[in-house]
Amino acid sequence: MAFSIYDFSSFTQSIHQLLSGVMSPAWVLVSELVLVGLVFLMFYALLGLALVYLERRVCAFIQNRLGPNRVGPQGIFQTIADLIKLLFKEIFIIKNADKFLFNLAPFIVIIASMMAIGALPFAKGLHAMDFNIGVFYILAVTSLGVVGILLAGWSSNSKYSLLGAMRSGAQIISYELSVGLSMLAIIIFSGSMQLSVIVESQANGWWIFKGHIPAFISFVIFLIAATAETNRGPFDLAEAESELTAGFHTEYSGIRFAFFFLAEYMNMFLAAALATTLFLGGWMPLHFGVDTQFNHIMDFVPPVVWFFGKTFFVIYIIMLFKWTFPRLRIDQLLTLEWKYLLPINLFNIVLIAFLVMMGWHF
Amino acid sequence: MVEKAEVILGENEQYVINMGPQHPSTHGVLRFELSLKGEIVDKVVPHCGYIHRGIEKMCEANTYQQIIHLTDRMDYLSAHPNNEAVSLLVEKALGIEVPERVKVIRTMLSELGRLGSHQLWWAAFGMDLGALTTFFYGLRDREKILDIFEESFGSRLLHSYICPGGLMNDIHPNFKTRVKELIPYLRKKLPEYDQLLTGNVIFTERSKNIGIMTKEDAISYGITGPSGRGSGFACDVRKAEPYSAYDRVDFKEILMTEGDTFARYQVRILEMYESIKILEQLVDQIPDGDYTVKMKPIIKLPEGEYYQRVETARGELGVYAVSTGEKFPDRMRFRTPNFSNLFIIDKLARGHKIADLVAISGSLDLVIPDIDR
Repeated sequence: MAFSIYDFSSFTQSIHQLLSGVMSPAWVLVSELVLVGLVFLMFYALLGLALVYLERRVCAFIQNRLGPNRVGPQGIFQTIADLIKLLFKEIFIIKNADKFLFNLAPFIVIIASMMAIGALPFAKGLHAMDFNIGVFYILAVTSLGVVGILLAGWSSNSKYSLLGAMRSGAQIISYELSVGLSMLAIIIFSGSMQLSVIVESQANGWWIFKGHIPAFISFVIFLIAATAETNRGPFDLAEAESELTAGFHTEYSGIRFAFFFLAEYMNMFLAAALATTLFLGGWMPLHFGVDTQFNHIMDFVPPVVWFFGKTFFVIYIIMLFKWTFPRLRIDQLLTLEWKYLLPINLFNIVLIAFLVMMGWHF
Repeated sequence: MVEKAEVILGENEQYVINMGPQHPSTHGVLRFELSLKGEIVDKVVPHCGYIHRGIEKMCEANTYQQIIHLTDRMDYLSAHPNNEAVSLLVEKALGIEVPERVKVIRTMLSELGRLGSHQLWWAAFGMDLGALTTFFYGLRDREKILDIFEESFGSRLLHSYICPGGLMNDIHPNFKTRVKELIPYLRKKLPEYDQLLTGNVIFTERSKNIGIMTKEDAISYGITGPSGRGSGFACDVRKAEPYSAYDRVDFKEILMTEGDTFARYQVRILEMYESIKILEQLVDQIPDGDYTVKMKPIIKLPEGEYYQRVETARGELGVYAVSTGEKFPDRMRFRTPNFSNLFIIDKLARGHKIADLVAISGSLDLVIPDIDR
C-alpha cells in the first residue's frame, strides 16, 4: 500500500482498519490511545533532546564559542549524556518541604505541556485531537503549567523559590491575556477555533500576509507574550539566575529538575508551533501569486517539513531574544504588558474586526 | 517617649533572605542579608569576612619583597597597581629613583590591567542583568591582554611583577608589537560593547535612575574609582598625585554627574578608551635601559611612617607602613577601594527591587578578596 507523504489520513485510516480487523471497537479505541500516547512520548523526549542541543549550539554560535562537540559527531550525543547524568542523580527532598506537592509539581508542569502538544496539527491528517475549540483548549491547558510552578515554589519551603513562584504567577497571568487576544485576532480572521480549519484557511496565503499590518502586530505581540509565558529570557524572571539563583526550581535535583527543564523547552516549541499554525500557515507551503512555477516547487516539499521548518525558525528567533537581551525587572515586565501590549492588542482586535467586517483582508 | 529604633531585620513581618555567601551575583563569598517587602528591598546588611586571610598581619612577618606577593591576592584583577603601591612606598622611603624604562612599563601594565579588569567587569555586569552573551564578549578581549602578560612574566592573574626597585625581569621582546596589535583590535571591538548592551532599551531602563549616589554621599562614604567618578567626585589619583609616568601622558578623567548605575557603567566604558589612549602614547616611548635598580636582598626602611596611594581599576588603594628600621614592617595597613565602596550599597538599594540590588552591586564592581584582605 502506498502512502502519500502529503496526506497522513490514508496512513492513519489503514492502521485503524488493520486494528478493526483483529479486535472489537472498544479495544481498537484503547489500543489506538496507547499507540498515540507512545508516539507522543517518544516525540516529546526526542524533541526535548533536540531542542536542548539546538539551544546550546545557537547560544555558542552567538557567544563566539564552539558549544558541545566532544560526545559523538558534532556533540549530538551530549544531551543524551546529560539526560543519563540527570537520571542517575539523587533526588533530594529538603527536610521541611511539603513532600506530596513537591513531588507533584514537576508532573503538573510536564503534563500541561504534553497535553497541549496533542492538539497541534503537524500535517494534513497528522493530528491527534482535532477539537472544534482547539485554540481554546491549548490556552486552557497551558495555563495549568503555572499551577505546577506555583506549587513548586511554595512547597519547596525556600525563600528564593517562593519569590520565583510569585513572579511567575504574576507574569503568566498577565501575559496570558496578550496571548489570548493575539490568538483572537486569527480566530476573527479565520472564523473558527478549530486548528485544522485555521490551517486550511491559509491555503491561499498565510494570515501574517493576508491580514495586513494588524495581523503582523498580532504576530509580534504573540511572539513577545509567548516568550514571556514560557519563562524564557528576557522574561525569565521566575528563574532569574543572577537574582534568585534558580527561582522556583532551586530545590529540585535529578530527573525532577529535568522535568522542569524539558517542560520549558516543550513550552517554547509549543509557542513556536502555535505561532506557525496561527500566523505562518501551519503546514501550508509558501505561495506567491496563483498557479506559478514557484508554487508547484513549494508544493513538492512535504507538509511536515514545512511545519517543522517554520517552527524551528520561530524557535531560533525566541532563542535570539534570550541570548542577546538583558532581563527585565518585574515592574517593567508588568508595565510592558498592562500599559503597552494590552491596549495595543485591544485596539488591534477592533481594527481586525472592522477589517473582516468590511471584507478588506485577502 | 522612646525613640523608635531602626527596623531590625526579621521584625515587622519582614521577609528576610540571605544573598550569598554562595550566590551567582555576589561575585564571590560576600553575603547580603536582605530585608524585603515583597520584591522591594527594605534594608541591606553586607557581611564580609568570609575570605579573610589576614594579609595585613602576614605582612608583619614578611620582607618587603615578599609583601608584593601578598598584595596580588587582594584585588586579583588589578594586581599590577597593588604591587606598584608597595613598590612606590619602599622606593619613596629609601629615596630611590627608578629608571625611566621602569616607569613607562609600570604605567603601561597598569593600564593594560585596567582594561582587562573593566572588560571582565563589563562581562559580569551584563550577566548580572541577565544578558548572558556579554560574558563571552568581555572575556574574548581580556584574553588578548592576559596573553601579553603571560608572555612577559609567565602568569595571567597573580603577576607579582612590579617589585621594589623596578621589575622582576625585563619585558618580552614581543611586548611592544603585541601592544601595538592590541590597540587597533580593541578600538574595533569596544564599540561592540555599546552595540550589545549600552544602546539596549531594556538595559537603559534597568540602569538609569537606579541607585543614585550623590557627590556628597560619594565623598562621605569614601567611594573612589569609577564608582565615585560616576557621581562627579574627581578622585583619580593618577591626576591628583601623578606617579610613575602618568604626569607625561594626556588623558581625561571621566566624570559623570548623574550618579546612577548607568553613569557608573558609562564611566568604565569611557575609561577603557582613555586607557587605550595612554597605551598609544607610551608604546613607542619605552626607553632603553635597566629594568631595575640594584637592591639589597633585604630591604630595611628607615624608621618612620609612610603612605602611598595609587589608582587601581576600582579606586584608590592606599598603603600605610610603619617601620622601626627592621626588615619587617611593624604595621602594614591597606586602604582598599572595595571595602569603602561596598558599604554604600544599603543606601543605594533601599526602596529598589531585588533585581536592582544586583545591578547596583554589579555597578560598584566589587572584588571580594579585596574587601576582606
